[in-house]
Amino acid sequence: MDLAIALALQVIYGIANLVLVSLGLAIIFGMMRVINLAHGEFIMLGGYTVVVSTNHGVNLWFAMFILAPVVVGLIGVIVERVLIRFLYGRMVDTLLATWGLSLLFIGLITTIFGAQTATTISAPLGPVPIGDYTTSGYELFLIFIAIVLSVLVYIGLKFTKLGLVARGTMQAADMASALGVSTSKVYAITFGLGAAVSGFAGALLAPITGVLPTIGATYIAKAFITVISGGAAILAGTTSASVLLGGINGIVSFGIGPTMGEVALLVVAIILLRLMPRGITGRFFRKSS
Amino acid sequence: MIRSREVRWSLVAGAIGIIFLFAAPQVFELFAIINLTTVLALAILALSLGLVWGYGGILCFGQTTFFGLGAYAYTIAAINIGETTGPIFIAIFVAAAFAAILGYFIFYGRVSDVYLAVITLTVTLIFYSLLRRTSGPEYKIGNALLGGFNGVTSPPLNVPGDPSNILFPEHVFYVAMAALILAYFFCVWLTRTHFGRVMVAIRENELRAELLGYDIRLYKLALFAIGGGIAGMAGVLFANGIGRVTPDIFNLYNTALTIIWVIVGGRGTLIGPILGAIALFYLISGLGTQATVNNNLVLGIVLIVFVLLVPRGIVPGVIGIWDRTQARSKLLRKEKRLRRRRTTRQPEPEAANDG
Repeated sequence: MDLAIALALQVIYGIANLVLVSLGLAIIFGMMRVINLAHGEFIMLGGYTVVVSTNHGVNLWFAMFILAPVVVGLIGVIVERVLIRFLYGRMVDTLLATWGLSLLFIGLITTIFGAQTATTISAPLGPVPIGDYTTSGYELFLIFIAIVLSVLVYIGLKFTKLGLVARGTMQAADMASALGVSTSKVYAITFGLGAAVSGFAGALLAPITGVLPTIGATYIAKAFITVISGGAAILAGTTSASVLLGGINGIVSFGIGPTMGEVALLVVAIILLRLMPRGITGRFFRKSS
Repeated sequence: MIRSREVRWSLVAGAIGIIFLFAAPQVFELFAIINLTTVLALAILALSLGLVWGYGGILCFGQTTFFGLGAYAYTIAAINIGETTGPIFIAIFVAAAFAAILGYFIFYGRVSDVYLAVITLTVTLIFYSLLRRTSGPEYKIGNALLGGFNGVTSPPLNVPGDPSNILFPEHVFYVAMAALILAYFFCVWLTRTHFGRVMVAIRENELRAELLGYDIRLYKLALFAIGGGIAGMAGVLFANGIGRVTPDIFNLYNTALTIIWVIVGGRGTLIGPILGAIALFYLISGLGTQATVNNNLVLGIVLIVFVLLVPRGIVPGVIGIWDRTQARSKLLRKEKRLRRRRTTRQPEPEAANDG
């Protein structure tokens, strides 16, 4: 029984991890139809913000919850104003330009902090016993945060003025601007929010993974699989794909090993796309957001 | 007119290649020759992406998957078989077959452009993370240990049918250069066949090509597999140039590099990506000797600048400028001729209309 709970927690943690890593990408992709290849680097920048600021004596929680999202969100706004806004409607060019951006960030951070791991921070919240087993309290905390973050994004999109204006702008930009909405501001804010969520995810994961200039690469594969399998709906897509892929990954990892877990994740994602080319939400729950 | 000009230029490029094939070992030192083998392998990889992306419009971000698979398949097969001629074909087959399988899911699932890019990229990254984990003794194929992060040492090419007679680095260079020239002319030929023209039609307008009765899924799949095979062959040469294969072949940096070669060289040409690969290789190895500017930084700036300012790439841009100046000088000549006629006798409307 204890084993079952511990195992279930592992699987749920895997799912929460996928949600955290993919949500920022899903917001930018779902709202703006921009595939942001610099997504991994936004996560990386979030991690660096936390590590650097805690090394300068800033409180860890403050760095995680306030500093990282704000810093990366601002970077996102700047990126949108300087680069992305010239490329709306040209998906391939956006893809290439954000890839250039990704390389640029990696190069910049390597130049500033060096190619090695900056001084790491240890995960807060000690182990939590479950019968004969223990699980990391921080992982439980991350599961909790993933749920809260998803709910917040849902509420933000569905029930706030900003969410309404943003959804309207994405559906019909000319109509929105005729009604007095500054569409360019909405684009910048949406991109910035997506970046902020990515930065927040990076900050949360930094104590577990450490930070490296190239660490973005380890996230983007999973994030892209999740978002693409999920389809256009931001929250329903990301969560359903995370549950499916994270669940399979967790179970196969437990049964055979982590390597096969990753293979299973990929194979399932590819078969899923053969069956549902527009993602899970392209076929089911079409009305959701 | 344009067709014959393209053929003429590709013949010129081929002639330069053949001259280089025989001249290089006389001019360069051994180290430079070994380096050149690697560069040529990368050039063939660039060519394969130039074919798939530039002519088929298939935005493959994971061409290094097939490249790396070719390199690994060659190495593992060569270790197990003990000679290298068969493994070359095994490598090409493995790469092409994997491209075909992946292509089946992508094209028959009608996955569009951008998704395709992301999926192929993801596949590459998954290979990277998988192969890095294969360091234990349990991960082996036949006699070949996969070696995880450190990779596997690749056996050098031998003379076909004589495993004890191993090729010298100069000879491997000859093989690589010949392979590049052959692959280049194969691609030139392919793009001029009916198949190649249908591919261009699909690139320009998928719906129209489909309404004309072409099974675009099958055409794309075929081109993708051919491109995968060429990339696999490039992988064989790369394994020979470097002397070992490591998971780093599949990493994000190399994947980005292949895209940048094609962007810089120019989509829709075959020589452009080859030149892009060669130029960037020497740019990066030039940068590598100093420590202030990071490679990633430079590549990122190059990519952004080209996407925003030179979206067609260098070779099509140069051809465009050349065409414009040619057209202008032709116009000037014609005008001069007409003016001369007008001064000698009365203008004739029929004569003015010719050309």
